[in-house]
Amino acid sequence: MSEVKFSKEHEWIILEGDVATIGITQHATEMLGDIVFAELPEKGSSVEKDGTAGVVESTKAASDVYTPVSGEVVDINQAIVDDPAKINEDPEGTAWFFKLKMKDISELDSLMNKEEYDKFAKESSS
Amino acid sequence: MEIKKTSLNKLHQDSQAKFVEFAGYEMPIQYSKGVIEEHKFTRSHAGIFDVSHMGQLFIYGNENLTSDLEKIFPLDLKNLQQNCSKYSFLMNEEAGIYDDLIITKLEDGYLIILNAACKEKDFEILSDILSKKYKMELSNDRALVAIQGPKAVEILNETINGVQNLTFMTGDWFDYNGQKLFVTRSGYTGEDGFEVSILNDLAEEFTKSLIKKGAELIGLGARDTLRLEAGLCLYGHELDLNKTPVEANLKWAISKERLSNGGFVGSDKIINQIKEGAKKIRVGIKPEGRLIAREKTKIFNETELPIGEITSGTFGPSINGPIAMGYVDKEFSKIDTKILLEVRGKKYPANICKLPFYKKSYVKGVN
Repeated sequence: MSEVKFSKEHEWIILEGDVATIGITQHATEMLGDIVFAELPEKGSSVEKDGTAGVVESTKAASDVYTPVSGEVVDINQAIVDDPAKINEDPEGTAWFFKLKMKDISELDSLMNKEEYDKFAKESSS
Repeated sequence: MEIKKTSLNKLHQDSQAKFVEFAGYEMPIQYSKGVIEEHKFTRSHAGIFDVSHMGQLFIYGNENLTSDLEKIFPLDLKNLQQNCSKYSFLMNEEAGIYDDLIITKLEDGYLIILNAACKEKDFEILSDILSKKYKMELSNDRALVAIQGPKAVEILNETINGVQNLTFMTGDWFDYNGQKLFVTRSGYTGEDGFEVSILNDLAEEFTKSLIKKGAELIGLGARDTLRLEAGLCLYGHELDLNKTPVEANLKWAISKERLSNGGFVGSDKIINQIKEGAKKIRVGIKPEGRLIAREKTKIFNETELPIGEITSGTFGPSINGPIAMGYVDKEFSKIDTKILLEVRGKKYPANICKLPFYKKSYVKGVN
């Protein structure tokens, strides 16, 4: 398994073989507040790096979820659609959003590591 | 313009509030627990709301003032008892709504609670109509603190003895640390509760005493989900200059005594709309599934013709599902009418439903 990488749109991504698991960060959930709705891409669809791949809504507003890499959606986490509160409980673990079969593994190179992301998140929220 | 702060601003900061700008004020949108927990705490215990940004307008006068105010508000103020409150509107000649408000008859005049974003304009409109005949004070030295929820009466009565004797939509002056407070039994959550008008200097200490007794601070986020579950209108959303009280389905707030003779601003339009029926009307809307349809979402009938628009939509924590209010053409306003909501380019099914979403528990008097 690769190291966890992070995007400026506050997604996390981890690669196993050529399948990447993607979700939103703890920091993102703290900014959003209580999440009450999640929409995920369709299984079998293709998504492009930095394109929208879903929506989360808090009690206050709707926010797009972006995909940090391109690929084909091979799995989605129905559990968070059925119970969106799970996203606030465990955003960087069991509440992953979708899995992609990656087209180009080198797309990961431009993403941040944990240390860089923590610094970025701290700066962007202050 | 510099952002204004209420007298509880420091307490909000100390309580880890997240702030937003609202009507020129820095107000808490939520605290560390978050909107859903704050909402549920209000329904099960008691929530404290800083609503000091709202206008507290005192107008002093006697019977002449009552007559003059009847030319403005669609209320039977002559027969309103002292210390009793009514929900009403400030309207233009076309019955478009400048503001919605609560007016209470006092011994020496009236107290009118106005929306924060409207209060300055309301003051001008009222001063003009009343031709500056009466002393009017839009208070700067008073905070307004609401306590709402099933434990509100017990907690507030420990601090201000006697408030338990107030019934819904009545108020009175009480003593607190040598100062006068005006307390009404009212609110904006669908729960039993009170609103306390208190001098700024005493507000923080007073609020802390309520917290000590088990009440918790609640932000504007939960205030919105609570009022929406209770089916209550928010000015700028359900109400504005392009909507009338009849269209807003608030006919109940217009005194029957005033409908026969009119004589208030907007009365011709109101009387006509009641007779002829309004073309559009405010309704409750329940989306199917978990989809949230926010303000400005377009509403369609089953054959995909546009019939209206959502004015507020959110997730209702006590309903555990999405809820909304909006305006639809009258013919589609019946309960259980199937409609479609267009969200992010797709149409989703929803139903017209009864308001409120959440049943109220007010303590009614014989008033």
